[in-house]
Amino acid sequence: MGIGIRIENLRKVYDSPPPSAARGGGFSFTAQRSGGSKEKKKKFDVVALDGISLEMGAGEVFGLLGPNGAGKSTTIGVLTTRTRPTSGRAFIGDYDVWQEQVKAKRLIGVVPQRPNLDFALTAREILLFHGAYFGQSARERERRSGDLLERFQLTDRADHMVRSFSGGMMQRISIARAMMHDPEVLFLDEPSAGLDPQTRLMLWEIVRGYNKLGKTIVLTTHYMDEADALCDRLAIIDHGRIISQGTPAELKASIPGGYLLRLRFNRVPEALVEELKKLPGVTEVRTTGDTGADVYADRGGPLIAPIVNAAQALDAELHDVHIAEPSLETLFLHHTGRSLRE
Amino acid sequence: MNWKTFYALLSRDGHVARRNLLPMLAQNLLQPLLLTFVFGRVLTSSGMMQAGYKSVLLPGVMAISMVLAGVQAVAMPLIAEFQFTREIEDRLLAPIDIGWLAVEKIAAGMVQALVAGLVVIPAAWLTMGSGVHLSFHPLAFAVVCLLVALFSSAGGLALGCSVGQTQIGLMFSLVLAPMMMFGCAYYPWSFLHSFPVLQYAVLINPLVYASEGLRGTLTNAPHIDTMVVIAALVVINVLLLVVGLKKFHQKAVS
Repeated sequence: MGIGIRIENLRKVYDSPPPSAARGGGFSFTAQRSGGSKEKKKKFDVVALDGISLEMGAGEVFGLLGPNGAGKSTTIGVLTTRTRPTSGRAFIGDYDVWQEQVKAKRLIGVVPQRPNLDFALTAREILLFHGAYFGQSARERERRSGDLLERFQLTDRADHMVRSFSGGMMQRISIARAMMHDPEVLFLDEPSAGLDPQTRLMLWEIVRGYNKLGKTIVLTTHYMDEADALCDRLAIIDHGRIISQGTPAELKASIPGGYLLRLRFNRVPEALVEELKKLPGVTEVRTTGDTGADVYADRGGPLIAPIVNAAQALDAELHDVHIAEPSLETLFLHHTGRSLRE
Repeated sequence: MNWKTFYALLSRDGHVARRNLLPMLAQNLLQPLLLTFVFGRVLTSSGMMQAGYKSVLLPGVMAISMVLAGVQAVAMPLIAEFQFTREIEDRLLAPIDIGWLAVEKIAAGMVQALVAGLVVIPAAWLTMGSGVHLSFHPLAFAVVCLLVALFSSAGGLALGCSVGQTQIGLMFSLVLAPMMMFGCAYYPWSFLHSFPVLQYAVLINPLVYASEGLRGTLTNAPHIDTMVVIAALVVINVLLLVVGLKKFHQKAVS
């Protein structure tokens, strides 16, 4: 079958600091203390989600892409019943996540940003008890946990306490746990943060394999290549709003010109900007500060010589050039004026 | 209500408790053994205390033991599991209303409190030797025991969801230590009559009802009327449950 997800005009305002370390990891809001008037309590208001609406199709790998503190983890938090929405609604299949929590919880598996494993148990017990929480029979639990441990290359450490595990192993057992009850929707919050390249590829294979079974996958990431490699569709989030959404190809095609040339001069006179705009293939020029200019164009390298010439003619000197090929990074930069990792 | 999940949550706690059986027994048994030995054996044998003190002490030690066991069984794991590792998250995502997870914690805590309380009787009998005069009222004793166990684990829930990891030391010195000293565990409540203000002030301390209730149903020592004790414990338990469940929800959902 396959289960879709719908988010309607979701808002989340934190009135106390969220337990970020576990769920958001990288919440980096600047708190806006509201109320100039002297109210009795100092209020802590952080708008984490500012009216997000999204539709994720059944059987899709959907990516939420954005910098730290953009609202990705809060979106996952609401969809997994762990965060109470301030307003708006979210549905897993037909179930309103907040109203019908138990039914929604049966359909989802969650891999948190930071492993939240039950440290009082061994790896195998974590899977066995997880299966038991979901009402699996003892035989089914044994079979599934054995298979998963095997697949995640954890069999030889299966009976060790997880507190002694390395970060990568904890991440693997977290994912195995999320798959233990065979959920229709799998949420992965920054799944490859802190993983070595090899484990990361293994993770990608597992995600693709699980998706092939018809499962819906929602993942957050701030790695372009990950979004590009895994996701059928993407939403780019910043400051709790959706900036853009579509397939990776659509999103990349939406950048004017495709290529981005980040230029730095000793100075950028107005006349230089005008000259740059006239160069062949250039669709847009934006100045950044007193010495920088971002040029969007349909070509990269071939433009360097004309740019140098134009600068020399106006007595400006080119100090630095960075050519970015069409990518989600340039898309993000185009929409927000800053890099994803800033 | 999903019994399968509830049972699985309980068996998880049972499994962890069994794994920690030895340290847990040491934690729950050592203090009552020492208390009963020093106060009930050394002081009474040396003549500093009358032999009758043994009967006064036993129910008090039992009450302290139950309260500490419940708090330790519920509050300490909760404090740890709600910290940044969020170990509890997996169970919050289990297909059951999250309130039931709190109820499960209380049930598991009650079992531990009851065990910790009941082992005190033979242990104390061993260390204190003869001279403990039990006068047993089985039904009333069972009711009081259950109410005290519920008080200790509901209190553990409320404390565990209100206290941060850095405040555990404070919790012991500011909440539990005064509670034990003014909990009428080492003396019957009526003996406070020469301190009238204190005598009424300590009535806000739930441990007073636990000690006096056990004293009334287990021995002949002077005690507050058992019906009053039961009523007070019921009120305290309802209060702690309401506060504990509310705090638990606040902690569990951001």
